[in-house]
Amino acid sequence: MSGKLELDPALVARARELARRAGQPVVELARSHTTVSVERAVLRLAGVTGADPDGIPWVNRLVDAVVADVGLGHGVAVPVFDALAREQISDVTLLAQKAAAGSVRFAQPTGRAATAAGKAARRAVAAGVRRIDRRRAERDRLVKRYGDPKQRPWIYLIVATGDIYEDIPQAQAAARAGADIIAVIRSTGQSLLDYVPEGATREGFAGTYATQENFRLMRAALDESSRELGRYVRLTNYASGLCMPEMATLAGLERLDMMLNDSMYGILFRDINPIRTFVDQRFSRQVHARAGIIINTGEDNYLTTADAVDEAHTVTVSQLLNEFFAHEAGLADWQLGLGHAFEINPDLPESFRLELAHALLARELFPDAPLKWMPPTKHMTGDVFRGNLLDGFFNLVGAMTGQGILLVGMMTEAVVTPWLSDRDIALQNVRYVLGASGGLHEDFVPAPGGFIQQRAHRVLGEAVDLLDRIGDQSLLTAIAEGTFGIMKRPADRGKGLDGVAKHEADYYNPATEILEGDRP
Amino acid sequence: MTAPAEKKIVRPYGDTTGDGMVQVSFTLPVPHDKRAEGAAVQLANKMGIDPAMLVHAKQMGDGFTFFVVYGRVNHLVDLSQVQVVERDFPLLSAKEVNAVVKQKLRRKLSVVGACIGTDAHTVGIDAILNVKGIAGEKGLEYYRELKVSNLGAQVSVPELVEAARREKADAVLVSQVVTQRDAHLHNTREMSAAFREAMPAGKRPLLIVGGPRFDETMTGELGVDRIFGRGTTPGEVASYLVHALITNKKARA
Repeated sequence: MSGKLELDPALVARARELARRAGQPVVELARSHTTVSVERAVLRLAGVTGADPDGIPWVNRLVDAVVADVGLGHGVAVPVFDALAREQISDVTLLAQKAAAGSVRFAQPTGRAATAAGKAARRAVAAGVRRIDRRRAERDRLVKRYGDPKQRPWIYLIVATGDIYEDIPQAQAAARAGADIIAVIRSTGQSLLDYVPEGATREGFAGTYATQENFRLMRAALDESSRELGRYVRLTNYASGLCMPEMATLAGLERLDMMLNDSMYGILFRDINPIRTFVDQRFSRQVHARAGIIINTGEDNYLTTADAVDEAHTVTVSQLLNEFFAHEAGLADWQLGLGHAFEINPDLPESFRLELAHALLARELFPDAPLKWMPPTKHMTGDVFRGNLLDGFFNLVGAMTGQGILLVGMMTEAVVTPWLSDRDIALQNVRYVLGASGGLHEDFVPAPGGFIQQRAHRVLGEAVDLLDRIGDQSLLTAIAEGTFGIMKRPADRGKGLDGVAKHEADYYNPATEILEGDRP
Repeated sequence: MTAPAEKKIVRPYGDTTGDGMVQVSFTLPVPHDKRAEGAAVQLANKMGIDPAMLVHAKQMGDGFTFFVVYGRVNHLVDLSQVQVVERDFPLLSAKEVNAVVKQKLRRKLSVVGACIGTDAHTVGIDAILNVKGIAGEKGLEYYRELKVSNLGAQVSVPELVEAARREKADAVLVSQVVTQRDAHLHNTREMSAAFREAMPAGKRPLLIVGGPRFDETMTGELGVDRIFGRGTTPGEVASYLVHALITNKKARA
């Protein structure tokens, strides 16, 4: 018995063990496959930059050329660096340009040529990883200089105009108004693009394209704000969709601080092939681990499609799976922004107590993770007055249960993209609740054996039951059968499957070797 | 369209009949000072609020001020001039829908649904189609006599047309949430044009769009058979399908 909920430590340990059992076959799958996006991320680390005149990145052109000649299963590092030696070119981007023009052929070398190409590839990729290491050290220095936010939870605000030059002043204004973390929502089409757009962008749909240049511009602007405000303002984007590994890599290179990175979101909500997702996800998490980036998982989404009471245990199961996959990839507990949300129908009797029970359960199961607490969306009706009250109760649960990251809810959710005044009113709501009850988690101890404890025990019990059932059949089957968020996603369907290949015997990926070999 | 015969004039109601009281809030791009407050009152006056009471003004950031104004509006509402789309079909239970399909159509009614274009928000289509449904009402998948194929998010128009052909769709349901740059209108027009091009009038499935920001009177302009706005339930959609495809089939243009 431990903590405020008096959870049974043996049951908690069993839940973790079952999550490991469900996740391990998926890890084996991820270790034995690669994807076009993993290979493109390797090339980005090796120094390939830029895009052709049509905006298709050179990494895409180069991977496509290698795949056409030798396939994907050997990894692209050795064929690329073998060609570089044969063509006597020193610049990988130049090689990509020649390959795109059809003037370079690729082969999978053997013997000494293979060893030499492997070594050269590792040298180039190591230089890229060192750049990520330097950005991480730079973040540590800036956090030391400007400091972390004074309060917990950290206040997380979204900016999304579609135009990076419009986003920047809005993000800086939000930071001045109290935001500790700025998230730039991506253009809604981006998760299904199989390439990362290039350059600064000024047009997007319900969000701004994630590009390396947009990352750089926004990080530079928030460095200015950090200096002005005397606290380090963090920047968030998305390592999700078909380019997850590349997004993680670009985030590491441009010192982003948090990335949305869920193990199953793309499968369930974007119909991306499950194997593609798990392979991409493992690589991206290895990069995040190295870069000191905090990941945010997406459990809140389950509750927007399924019932937040009936399906509460699927959130717990997904958190346990996300934790297992994250630890396996080398992420530390402080990097696990495990998600959950305030999505219970407010008309349900005792809905607030149920929310408290669920939020406290997550807090106690993952005591060292900076949990990400997500605001109501499903039951926001357009009645902005009721919405503001609901957001206040959401903030109160955040304060009472010691959440790490609080995504600021908007009373105009489901009405418009947030107006300037909506954000100001929402932040006023957060400031009032945190100011009035910021330390309430110290006093709030649910009655032993009472409603909240019982509810938390029940959800944990249901989570263990579900994990038990998954254990008998494998996670891929569970996903195929619609266990999470109702969607059924078989492993042989979904977008991006043609970009997946099983490793050949001589598969080589210098990035994985470095990331797994010398973890900090 | 309905137009009640009797003429009835109403005004907003604060706490007394005919007082005309309204409350509005807005932001002006000016710092907060006396002039800003005067500007807010001027705007309220131009909106027909007179006298306007400025009850709250707060500066946000560098150059913006948020205002709340209460006041008496001098406009009148003529109820006889109101134009809306009233439900022109009977609301059936799931059981009744199944019974009509079984007896009159004598095969399963095929429904294909999707979010088209770049829109990735499946909340709407899922609420209508998923078994789970919304507001305690089960979605169309729950109806025994309906064959539902939910294509999910970011489906291209050609993919949708192909799926409709493959599934021999009686009806195509499209959900659009994102409205930036009128994406919902462009996508809907593109969709209806594609169906018109791909299939002759008699073979074309019933085209239905739904989303929180649609104007329900725009069916003709968008080339669809029906538009459902916010708050639509699966039962209403199912009832409409039965009405338009079976019980009232001839009335369809």
